Amino acid sequence: RDFNERCAQCSEVNWGLTDGGRFYCRSCHNVTERTREVVNTDFISNTRVQTISKSLRKQEKTDKGCEWYVCEGFQLVLKKQAEALEALGVCPQMKDEILCNFWRRYLQKSKQAYCNRPAGETVKALSVCDSSTDVDSEPETPSLLHFLSLSESEGDLQTDCSFASSASKMSESTSVCSGSVDGSLYLMKNQKEKLRMTMPMTLSLCYMALLWLREPMTLSDLLRFVVEGHIPYLNFFQHFPEKMKLCGLDLKIFYVESWPVYEEVYKKMLELAAFLDLPRFPDITDSCFLHPDMLCMKYLMEANLPDELHTWTCRVVKKICIGEADFLTLVPGNKSTRNVKYDVLAAAVIVVVLKLLFLLDDHYEWLLSDFAGERNKNNKEGGPYFEFKKWYKVIKCSLDVEQKKLDEERAKYLWRCEKPLFYSAKNKSKVLKRRQMVVNLQNQFGKLSGSVRPAEKPHPSSFQLSWSEENTDGNCFHGHSLKGILQEKRGLLTAMNPDYWLCTVKLCNEKECGHLAHYREVDFPQSYHFVLRLFSFLLRIQPSSIHDEVCVIEHKLFNKKLCKKPRYNTVLRK
Amino acid sequence: SSHEHKLNFKKSKEVCLSYIQDAMLRKQWKRAAEFLTSYIESLEKDFSREYMGPSEIIWRIGTEILCHHSHSSMKEFNSFIEQMKTLGVKRYLKVCLEHTFHLLCNGLVDEAYENLSLAESWRFGEQTAIQDKEMKLIQAYRGLLDYYSWSKQKNILLEHGQDGFEDLSVEQEMHSCFRKAAVNLKEIIKIPGVWDLFVKCYVDLLEFYGDHNEARQVLNEYAYNSKFPANPNAHVYLYQFLKRHGESKKSLISTLKILHDIVPSHELMIDFNTMLQKSKKRKKRRLGLEVIFAALDYAGWKENVKAWSCLARQVKKIVISEKHLDWIKQEWNSRKDWWPTFHFSRYLAKRNWQENESLSYEKALVAGILLGKDCKYFKYISHQGCKAQMKRFRILKKFVNKHNPVYLRISG
Repeated sequence: RDFNERCAQCSEVNWGLTDGGRFYCRSCHNVTERTREVVNTDFISNTRVQTISKSLRKQEKTDKGCEWYVCEGFQLVLKKQAEALEALGVCPQMKDEILCNFWRRYLQKSKQAYCNRPAGETVKALSVCDSSTDVDSEPETPSLLHFLSLSESEGDLQTDCSFASSASKMSESTSVCSGSVDGSLYLMKNQKEKLRMTMPMTLSLCYMALLWLREPMTLSDLLRFVVEGHIPYLNFFQHFPEKMKLCGLDLKIFYVESWPVYEEVYKKMLELAAFLDLPRFPDITDSCFLHPDMLCMKYLMEANLPDELHTWTCRVVKKICIGEADFLTLVPGNKSTRNVKYDVLAAAVIVVVLKLLFLLDDHYEWLLSDFAGERNKNNKEGGPYFEFKKWYKVIKCSLDVEQKKLDEERAKYLWRCEKPLFYSAKNKSKVLKRRQMVVNLQNQFGKLSGSVRPAEKPHPSSFQLSWSEENTDGNCFHGHSLKGILQEKRGLLTAMNPDYWLCTVKLCNEKECGHLAHYREVDFPQSYHFVLRLFSFLLRIQPSSIHDEVCVIEHKLFNKKLCKKPRYNTVLRK
Repeated sequence: SSHEHKLNFKKSKEVCLSYIQDAMLRKQWKRAAEFLTSYIESLEKDFSREYMGPSEIIWRIGTEILCHHSHSSMKEFNSFIEQMKTLGVKRYLKVCLEHTFHLLCNGLVDEAYENLSLAESWRFGEQTAIQDKEMKLIQAYRGLLDYYSWSKQKNILLEHGQDGFEDLSVEQEMHSCFRKAAVNLKEIIKIPGVWDLFVKCYVDLLEFYGDHNEARQVLNEYAYNSKFPANPNAHVYLYQFLKRHGESKKSLISTLKILHDIVPSHELMIDFNTMLQKSKKRKKRRLGLEVIFAALDYAGWKENVKAWSCLARQVKKIVISEKHLDWIKQEWNSRKDWWPTFHFSRYLAKRNWQENESLSYEKALVAGILLGKDCKYFKYISHQGCKAQMKRFRILKKFVNKHNPVYLRISG
């Protein structure tokens, strides 16, 4: 027992514990509000974090569950997500070390744990939904969220006075409830200082960990796996253990009804990295999956384009120096360098290469294709030349089919799960009745649907489109040659196409309008739009994002020419 | 298709709904059911601010699908509707009413009656008062079904009467149905609206039991009360009633006059013109001409032999009497620019002759008078008729030739 204060009444130091876990003075039987700290390591297993519950008394009411804090909830989310990633093939280090440490650091930085006195957390005991005012904590009681173990004593000591002042602002009239102890507080916190954790941000954290380990998974892959259901995100509350009851404001925190957006997850990741004061991430070198040379190879295969194009993507990468480790590696907090979206970058490089070789002005590429077609008809030896037209037909067909499937899936998506949610015990019966009706109706119309829904999720795969050379219908273009569109000049292979058109003559100021360029389908050739559409589908992002990146690459590539020739020529001679 | 990547619940359901609508328009009921299964989730979300919430959408779409889907049965439909009734208390009576219609369309009259009775006994706080209109409709339709029962019993009695049987119980039941029906039907027709069916049935009841005064009053109210929306049928019913009871020509004519004003193309215009032609009063005869010309302005009357014969008769009379040629001139004035192409083209002449000889006869007479003997229509028809050696056509030709100067006076 380390409680050494003097009793307020008799000034003795002679303490005992009541049944309710409170200290009482043995001399004068004065009962205090100070409670004994109890260690509870129930549901968080993988870390050495320990929580403290307020009093033993509360745990007797087993049907009402136990107390839990919001950050514990997020910890569970991260744990499950990491496990899912491990099942997808990510190395166990991610879960056991990296993510874990990031999370701890986050808790520390946001002063939710690992420090002596987390800031401003006086907790009102509105822990269970329908409990009558069991408020037995007075404003002066210090926060009970102490985390033992390795406390890097960075937290500054806050006096009881500050607690009192902050707590008194919160009146007794907070009748909003939450299953978690600090649900209502959590939502009231000032966001800017602390970078409040949200569900989309858990994905940012995961991605950050993946990036640290340089795992072969891009952000678009990660988000796609989330949507396909391989990584728990939506309706996560199903995974909460029985004891952790979710209701009221918790739903605002943990229940999401929208899919995460690439840009937002990425942005938050950068913010997080800076917030956590992380050092420079491990270098992305040319043997990494995320390096543009590697990713280009992957995307070329997926897009069913000839392998020979890879030389060209490497040339572009080299020329504009985007293959350098310094360019590719994330340095948190460094605002001067533009941060790299590896997947978008690789896709944009391919688009630029296609423009270099085929021009993509809705004329030239078809012309080249006709020449190649002629040659292929007359000359069967030496393998086929790549015909843009054939490729276009094959890809368009597949893309349309896949896009249609995707759109229908999105329309048919079921957002709710069997476990129902209620805001309060008051509407519990109403919610359950509604749920029952929904299930009945779904059964009725489900039977009339005819087709049986496939019960399993699609097997997770890194490749969405695959093409095989063994296929006899000649739909695979990997091995096709680019000879028809190349020529030799002074010992170097160059494109026959002498022209190039820039997507934009001048880049926008990102800070002002949020974009580097503004993409409108009608302003550009249809072939260009088609290529954007293809990668837009593969990466599940808007075509404009890829277009922005294309603009940036072009400006780097033609930097010298742009400085020389200002206004008129948007078509450049290479 | 939308490549919207920022996908949330609400957007997803909007897209889902558009897929449902698309499938329904293409009559792909299985597909519509498939997407509706996903849409149903919306019930768990609060859309109270929307104009039409998911519960109403699901009710209407679900009904459509169950009506058309090959595998759905009445039983399934009923179970679905019962669930819909519990979904929206503000819509309860409306759903009951539509359910009733559906049952009636499927010939389940008894079930429909039961449904209506149940709905009639529904009470739900202030909602009962708010849904007062629907309640009145429910009572009215129950009255209608009572009328239907009454009618069946009446027919049974009439049959037995012929056979010499007397059936007291049927008679008593018949009277009781009458009472129930009368009460409800009387109520609904008090409210301004279009209640053709109810009015007809109620009048039928009243006539059977000999309460002609009440019947007449009801019909008058229905036709002339300005609070009621303008309804040509109201005048038609009144006219038919008056005719049945041998009312004076004067009252018949005044009823039909209003009908002519509202619907100049009504089929009763022939009766009207016939009555007016016979009248001794000049004004009435003048009106008659106006009426028949007006009717023939409409495309639906182009091949109506009776109408043409009315016009022909009247025109002939006027021409022979040589009085009131100015009437024809007045009527023809606004029509001479377009009636020739509309009625009297050479193409029509050929077609009319081929398809309907009587029609061409009447039309030819009119054409001959209005356009003269040299007009395309008359020339063709009279030529054909004379070629076929039909006596009346020869007479016609002579008549028109004789009165050709009339045409000059008319067309001037």
